[in-house]
Amino acid sequence: MAISSSESLDIRTSKDVIRVRQEVRTRAVEAGLSLVDQTKIITAASELARNALDYAGGGAVLIEAVEEGNRRGVRLTFADNGPGIPDIELALKDGYTTGKGLGLGLGGARRLSNEFSIQSKVGEGTKVTIARWKT
Amino acid sequence: MDRIPILKLGSALLVTIQVDMHDRLATALEEDLTAKIVATSAKGVLIDISALEIVDSFIGRMLDNIAAVSRILDAVTVVVGMRPAVAITLVELGLSLSGVNTALNVDRGMELIQRRLAEAEGVDGNIEQ
Repeated sequence: MAISSSESLDIRTSKDVIRVRQEVRTRAVEAGLSLVDQTKIITAASELARNALDYAGGGAVLIEAVEEGNRRGVRLTFADNGPGIPDIELALKDGYTTGKGLGLGLGGARRLSNEFSIQSKVGEGTKVTIARWKT
Repeated sequence: MDRIPILKLGSALLVTIQVDMHDRLATALEEDLTAKIVATSAKGVLIDISALEIVDSFIGRMLDNIAAVSRILDAVTVVVGMRPAVAITLVELGLSLSGVNTALNVDRGMELIQRRLAEAEGVDGNIEQ
């Protein structure tokens, strides 16, 4: 997989979540994603950025334009140094939350993405990577 | 601080969300709207989201909260103008907005509120059908 561009954004405030959405939209349009696919990856990005903010007190996202063969897409890696997730399977379940949200963020982001992976260590932090390809 | 304008439209209030919502703006809207429902005795709240490119669970929760509080204050909330791509994404996200009425546009939303009002009057026994 080739990475044709990448940038990193900090997520410290609610307004940063909006900035992340705007950057992801720009990359998704450049990658030629359809309107529905753009909407899905932007929504997933919004959920994950907000998770980083609400549960880890902030974090960062790496936004990459990726190419594989002749297909293009957007890959996002959200990383934080928060408390980590003790039980990832449980955290992925709809409706499960330890905060004030609806508990849809993580599972929803997985459904809205073509690729999803998560690594988390209690006391160290969480890293979530998603990708959406042009279909 | 930024505020989202709330317009009075007959017996309803109209809110057009055109900017990206962040926490404080959402909280301010909930507070302003509930105050205005009481001040104007509004029976309906129309929330136009046709300018929104996405609705995430944060916005979804805000819409649900507004609808729940409005209901307690005897006003019907109708969310109007959702873009098709947003609707598709919402369902996949797992958000059904079950507590919120929806209509295609402001006109249809207004009709829905009028219909509810007429039904409510009918139930009160003032109007025989």
